[in-house]
Amino acid sequence: MSWLNNIFVLVAAVVAVFWEAAFNGVRHLVGVQIDLLPPLMVYAALSGSLSTVCLLACGGGLLFDSLSANPLGITVLPLFAVGFVIHLWRDLILRDQPFAQTTLGVAAGAGVPVLTLLLLLTIGRGPRIGWGTLWQLVVLTLGSAVAAPIFFLLFEWLQKTLVHAPKVETSFRPDREIRRGR
Amino acid sequence: MLKRPHYIALGLIVFLTVVILNLPAKTSARLKLGLGSVFVPLFGLARSVQQTAAKTGDAVLPRSELIREKDALRAQNDELRLQLMQAEGMVRENERLRQQLGWQPHKNWKVKPANVVLREPSNWWRTVQIDLGSRDGVKVNFPVLTPEGLVGRISAVSLTRSQVALLGDPSCKVAARVDNPSRDTGVIGGSGPLDTGIVEMGYLSRTADLKPGQDVWTSGLGGIFPKDIFIGKVLDSRSEDYGMSTTARVKLAANLSALEEVWVMMEP
Repeated sequence: MSWLNNIFVLVAAVVAVFWEAAFNGVRHLVGVQIDLLPPLMVYAALSGSLSTVCLLACGGGLLFDSLSANPLGITVLPLFAVGFVIHLWRDLILRDQPFAQTTLGVAAGAGVPVLTLLLLLTIGRGPRIGWGTLWQLVVLTLGSAVAAPIFFLLFEWLQKTLVHAPKVETSFRPDREIRRGR
Repeated sequence: MLKRPHYIALGLIVFLTVVILNLPAKTSARLKLGLGSVFVPLFGLARSVQQTAAKTGDAVLPRSELIREKDALRAQNDELRLQLMQAEGMVRENERLRQQLGWQPHKNWKVKPANVVLREPSNWWRTVQIDLGSRDGVKVNFPVLTPEGLVGRISAVSLTRSQVALLGDPSCKVAARVDNPSRDTGVIGGSGPLDTGIVEMGYLSRTADLKPGQDVWTSGLGGIFPKDIFIGKVLDSRSEDYGMSTTARVKLAANLSALEEVWVMMEP
């Protein structure tokens, strides 16, 4: 059901970007808006295929930039870089463990904004950066660390609810049944 | 470790990013518009949820509270009407004197109300989106303000929405004047990543006579913002470039982190 997983991930990306632009509770509280795309990328890289990573990087990145003052396409490469690296090492990662999910959430939450800022500075668009940027990075990292395991739980629940569980083969075979006669 | 599909995916994404980043500004803006339309159903949903919540709030508001509020508004309205009458007299006198001196008459501001529908999702820009677009006559660089003071300028326009670059964003610079005896002028520029209510006013003269609490207004220089829109008050100042110039910190009059309704000046 990889196509269904891809659809779930894309819909989650749309809702995540809209939430970031429309709801400002966290921003009012700590002065920074949490980015939900990096933890979503952690889920996509560990649970999906390489095509899911590409789809989320392109779809999520472009949608994010369409509502932002970012140059269009600037978020695609940082998201993909993070997802690509996690995807390469996925066989060595205990993806079902919340500790591993949180750790990867931390790495993605710090990696994506830093790479985006570096790209922005490289192409000559001077964003608002200063000492406060460190606080922004701390909040983005913590937010991503919290959100990553939540995404895993959410998608697991969605899969259980909407997708048929695979039929489990039993060891019983009628032709090998021992018939006891008198 | 890398297999062929990995190389293909990497190459495709890098190629796509380079192509999109190098698109002409007009094409990029159109693409942004098209992608932004994905959120239209969510806009509607969010608005209806907000309206339902507001209606529910209205329904449970006690009548005594409404009457108290109505009385307060009536008193404020009477006071404002008196002030308006006085101001109209002064405007007439001003126009008459300008005519006698042969000066150009003042232009009246034409403003349109707008709702803030979205905020910047990233943390390194300071923009909002409003529900007025090109079909409402909005154009790039139109000033945006609230009754408290200047907010920013229109930085991008689509059919139904516009992006407003707020004061403190790197793309919103305002020629400003301090209301002091020497009428010092400078430029309101960027601000720190976490300061939403404070901006820096640079390019002030090194002999500028700045004191905390002095008002800062638009100077009308630069051609985007008309003269005499209130911006805020001077907080403090410091010498820059080995004493060659002065930079002041200005506390903005408009609360940019709690914007809900703004006014777009249609013909500055």
